[in-house]
Amino acid sequence: MANENMNIDKPKLTAKDFSSGLDVRWCPGCGDYSILAQVQRTFPAMGIPKEKFVWVSGIGCSSRFPYYMDTYGIHGIHGRAPAIASGLKVARPDLSVWVATGDGDLMSIGGNHFIHTCRKNIDLKILLFNNRIYGLTKGQYSPTSEQGKVTKSSPYGSVDYPFNPASLALGAEASFVARTLDRDPKHMQAMINRAAEHKGTAFIEIYQNCNIFNDGAFEVLTDKKSKADNIVVLEHGKPMVFGAEKDKGIVLDGFTPKVVSLADGKHTADDCWVHDEKDPNPLRAFIIAHMTDHEELPTPVGVFRQILKPTYDEGVENQIKGVKEKKGDGSLEKLLYSGNTWVVNGNGEVEK
Amino acid sequence: MAQENGKEVKSVSEVTVMFAGDSGDGMQLTGTQFSDTTAFVGNDLSTLPDYPAEIRAPAGTLYGVSGFQLHFSSNPIHTPGDSPDVLVAMNPAALKINLKNIKPHAVIVVNTDSFDKKNLNTAGYDENPLENDTLAGYKVFQVPITTLTENALEGSPLSIKEVQRCKNFFALGLMYWLYNRPLEPTIEWIETKFKKRPELIDANMKALKAGFYYGDATQLFTTRYTVKPASLPEGTYRNISGNEATAIGFVAASQLSGLPLFLGTYPITPASDILHYMSVYKNYGVKTFQAEDEIAGIASAIGAAFGGSLAVTTTSGPGLALKTEATGLAVMTELPLVIVDVQRGGPSTGLPTKTEQADLMQSIYGRNGESPVAVIAASTPKDCFYMAIEASRIALRFMTPVILLTDGYIANGAEPWKLPEIDELPEINVAPLDESKEFQPYNRDEFLARPWVKPGTPGMEHRIGGLEKQNITGNVNYEPDNHDFMVRLRQEKVDNIAKFIPDLEVDGEQEGDILVLGWGGTYGAITEAVKQMRAAGHKVSQAHMKYLNPMPANTEDVLKKFKTIIVPELNLGQLATLIRSKYLIDVVSHTKIKGLPFRAAEIRSKIEEILGGSNG
Repeated sequence: MANENMNIDKPKLTAKDFSSGLDVRWCPGCGDYSILAQVQRTFPAMGIPKEKFVWVSGIGCSSRFPYYMDTYGIHGIHGRAPAIASGLKVARPDLSVWVATGDGDLMSIGGNHFIHTCRKNIDLKILLFNNRIYGLTKGQYSPTSEQGKVTKSSPYGSVDYPFNPASLALGAEASFVARTLDRDPKHMQAMINRAAEHKGTAFIEIYQNCNIFNDGAFEVLTDKKSKADNIVVLEHGKPMVFGAEKDKGIVLDGFTPKVVSLADGKHTADDCWVHDEKDPNPLRAFIIAHMTDHEELPTPVGVFRQILKPTYDEGVENQIKGVKEKKGDGSLEKLLYSGNTWVVNGNGEVEK
Repeated sequence: MAQENGKEVKSVSEVTVMFAGDSGDGMQLTGTQFSDTTAFVGNDLSTLPDYPAEIRAPAGTLYGVSGFQLHFSSNPIHTPGDSPDVLVAMNPAALKINLKNIKPHAVIVVNTDSFDKKNLNTAGYDENPLENDTLAGYKVFQVPITTLTENALEGSPLSIKEVQRCKNFFALGLMYWLYNRPLEPTIEWIETKFKKRPELIDANMKALKAGFYYGDATQLFTTRYTVKPASLPEGTYRNISGNEATAIGFVAASQLSGLPLFLGTYPITPASDILHYMSVYKNYGVKTFQAEDEIAGIASAIGAAFGGSLAVTTTSGPGLALKTEATGLAVMTELPLVIVDVQRGGPSTGLPTKTEQADLMQSIYGRNGESPVAVIAASTPKDCFYMAIEASRIALRFMTPVILLTDGYIANGAEPWKLPEIDELPEINVAPLDESKEFQPYNRDEFLARPWVKPGTPGMEHRIGGLEKQNITGNVNYEPDNHDFMVRLRQEKVDNIAKFIPDLEVDGEQEGDILVLGWGGTYGAITEAVKQMRAAGHKVSQAHMKYLNPMPANTEDVLKKFKTIIVPELNLGQLATLIRSKYLIDVVSHTKIKGLPFRAAEIRSKIEEILGGSNG
């Protein structure tokens, strides 16, 4: 699609071309600023004409996103962005449709739409701004908040178990599942580009800091001192190695991932689990997703899984094409005067 | 009186038949086949399918009875008939349920095979009604339909259960004989339907013919009837149900507007057939999206509308409730969208398979905030076609959601439809883009409609959303005066639709003592009642509201010319309340909420009561 639409006569787009010029009203220091910046940096080089991009959002801090992008956009209602975007993409497969959403919007009120969008493999790019808190309603725990979270609505700690969004997406058969961090612009840009290139539902969970209601939620993963030891960056075909000195690796013992030292001479990188994002079996991707928030394991970021299968929207197009070839294009004449009709003549008599 | 095969042939002008049996007995199919054949021989007709919500309710129960009532005539008719002249009862429960509705001296054909102890008990009969005086006064024909079907299919490779399932075709054949209908249309249907199972073609055809010849051969029946074709106007006809007409109407609107059609929906009784019909029209480019829930149904339609499709979502009352918030989004974003509500008995799950008109207030007012939408209603099965086009025409021209109300009765009921000439269909125009002005998403034309600029248009990138906005620019704006201005502006835009729709027409005297004012699916019963009153020498006028919000511009003038206005409705008086509050004109509210349509007699007696009162 991208190449067909490229207009070589036009001057090259820049990040500024994607800024709507409206005052951005997120709190100073919010992780959303970084997401907006990385999107505005990556969009110009995607080879897609600006007018073909559409941003769709629901409700929440994240969902103000479309207002700040100078593309087509709809700021929808709570939780329904995937459904609005699905209708748009099915009606207009020529468009590049992006969803900006949050952990309340997508994992709670919009959970049903999320799993069914993944299941149908509608060609949408879904960016989940996961700050593990309700921001716009001022600080209640969210469906991704850790158990025991003390908030305004859980003064004695939340009793809920949280969702693991990547695992949920995998369970719903999303064909592209990735994770990145607001404080790692380069990595986020890479993930956005990968999602744009993917044909099918592309889901990116972005760990995003809410500095007002849940500050530091991901600090251990973003802080310069701690991040190398607590994050493993997934790369297709490469062994899972991490640590400031690249001195740790992950091995798979049966179904159980374990951290081994690459410094004690017992293991080398060759012993480590080699990431295969194209594995048709989803099992290993689930194991990766469940390495999240684990005391003994680093949190994975990168592309967990990417598989290719026909999208819903192209299935619809193909079906229409097939039926048109078989039956011929419809017309008003055919529409009305087909089926079991009979004729009453001028004498009021019935003719066949 | 003519004689044929030693049988008397009696000509009658109209007949109402009720086919009734267990929900698994195939009565809906029998009724539909009889209707199609009857339409085909040129009678006017009207049908009332009445079936339980359970797919296969326990056999023999009263609540499991499925009925199909059909009124056909050599004259124009408007209702499925107040009381059947003929009852075909496939079991004791079907007899018991329908006995109170049929005419005195009606013909009853019973399947005696099903009148065993178990079925009699289940139906609550202590004694067999065929053996005491329960049926005294009726013309009862006792036919062992199951046995005769089994005999006819002797040697069939089908299982005994499958053989017995063919008994509805035996009953149908017998009724075809009794009312002189040809077998060919049903034979053709059987051949197409069971193309892949020749043994079923053979069995059903044999059962059908056996029923037909049984009528001819048996001593039981001494008379058969003919109903001459109605003198319908010249033209091409087809038999149509409301749901099919709705589906075809949207496909036609797509063709007329040149816009692709998108249906986002979730199955719900009694609206699902619209989805079924529309999903066939792939070669018209129709995209049907069976969403994960009602909300996704409308939300996907909103997305498609933003993308430039003629977008539709279909539902029934509970689904309309779920679509409430998203309807508000379409109001706020000012996108064209048609929402079809095939009304059923409520509240909550209510009576899924029964009819009602109680969603009028929900449609007009049932959203948060001041959230005006256009509301229109179809009055007969074939009218659903025209109103689907009308809903599309308004939505596209005014950039507004339009709720189209139909109901279970007209959605499932069928009637012959004289097909329109293509050039009689209305033009459909979308809100124009004024190219002389700099593009702004909320610029306004003379009706206050905003331009519809679709994604993919270079240089006109814009954002819309559910937050309050500034007029013209569409930028988010929370200022008090702006909100006041925008609320009034959105209301004025919808009010402007009154300038775009036809006036309310009065049938009969334009002023006088009595006006019967209806809306929606009560049209047939009101028309019949008014016709009967006029035949008895009374002056009664009739008006039917197809546009409920806004109402036609001349509504108040029309109503003020009558001393008494009777408003029959299948709710607790919702239109009556609207008329009173809007025009300060009192009306006589005449209501029924039984899950069934009005009978003409129920409206006629109300008119008589008023006339009696005013005379005395």
